[in-house]
Amino acid sequence: MIFWKLFYTFCKIGIVCFGGGYSMIALIQHEVVEENAWLTAQEFTDIVATSQMTPGPVGINVATYSGYTVAVNAGYAEWVGIASAILASFAVILLPFVLMMIISRFFLKYRANSKVTSVIGLLRLVVVGLIAAAALVLITPENFGNWSVENRQLWISVVICLTVFIASLKFKLSPILLILLSGVVGAVLY
Amino acid sequence: MKIPYFQLFWSFFKIGTFTIGGGYAMIPLMEKELVDRRGWLAKTDFLDILSLSQALPGVFAVNMATNIGYRLRGFRGAVVSVMGNIAVPILIILLLATGFRYWKENIWVERCFKGIRPAVVALIAAPVFKLSKTAQISWKNAWIPVVSALLIYMWGVSPVWIIVVAIVCGYIYGCLQDRKEVEE
Repeated sequence: MIFWKLFYTFCKIGIVCFGGGYSMIALIQHEVVEENAWLTAQEFTDIVATSQMTPGPVGINVATYSGYTVAVNAGYAEWVGIASAILASFAVILLPFVLMMIISRFFLKYRANSKVTSVIGLLRLVVVGLIAAAALVLITPENFGNWSVENRQLWISVVICLTVFIASLKFKLSPILLILLSGVVGAVLY
Repeated sequence: MKIPYFQLFWSFFKIGTFTIGGGYAMIPLMEKELVDRRGWLAKTDFLDILSLSQALPGVFAVNMATNIGYRLRGFRGAVVSVMGNIAVPILIILLLATGFRYWKENIWVERCFKGIRPAVVALIAAPVFKLSKTAQISWKNAWIPVVSALLIYMWGVSPVWIIVVAIVCGYIYGCLQDRKEVEE
């Protein structure tokens, strides 16, 4: 059943998600696009774009939107999509919620010991790799245009990608602004 | 004095509704609302909760809401705070998702998204380089993120396994460090 599969998948994503929203994006992408092939890379990219422009934690937004699209793509009715969206959003927070309750209950004051520090240090390193892989996987002909067919789109895409990359990294412009500007560029050039 | 559930809900509702751009953007707003305005938490407690929420798995902002809600009003407080934090974001996504199915066919929407898609890839790639500083990457350990990325990208290894292996290895390494210190 789609509900059970979604619930299980998003529970798993929640409990292994260390290191913030982008790590969540990487995990959801792997499960939803690669592992289960519920969404195409292009659909997922659109979901990430929308999730960054709407309020709330990006991880929750991506989970909600993916849950909906997965069910609707599988041919279910609109209300099943909405139910799946809510299910995915709650599944993703369920296990961390339980874990946080247990820790808050039994350890009144959080103190990092050497083992915790060492685990977190290593997790930070692999999460960088995880996010890098997610970015690489999303460089597809669907997202950038095809070399032989749409040469023009490919060039525009490469320029947008590099410009946004530098603007975000060096000039720290907000993702929302960059997405809006890229949308305008798209509307003008295509 | 007990803090009413409604007030907890309302505080997290505001925090969730008025921050765009992810969990970390919520930190200043949370501090202002919960520490300065309401006085529910001391600044030091807030910083403790922050580091715990970053260390645990899950959505950072939801972890914050869980812990703070639990501290102030127990289990129900945690549920109320989390619900407040995510109610509007979920609703807005549902509205957009149901609508986007119909706009998708629109030529202008498609043109905009053609421009946006490469930008999203750049926005996911940028934190890789930003995080490199906080992750303290050096020439000695740079192979760890590189190998993780290659395992996922080239051989389709699940990131879930990479994280599980990292936790186990990190723990063993921590134990070895402890033993070293005892011996010295």
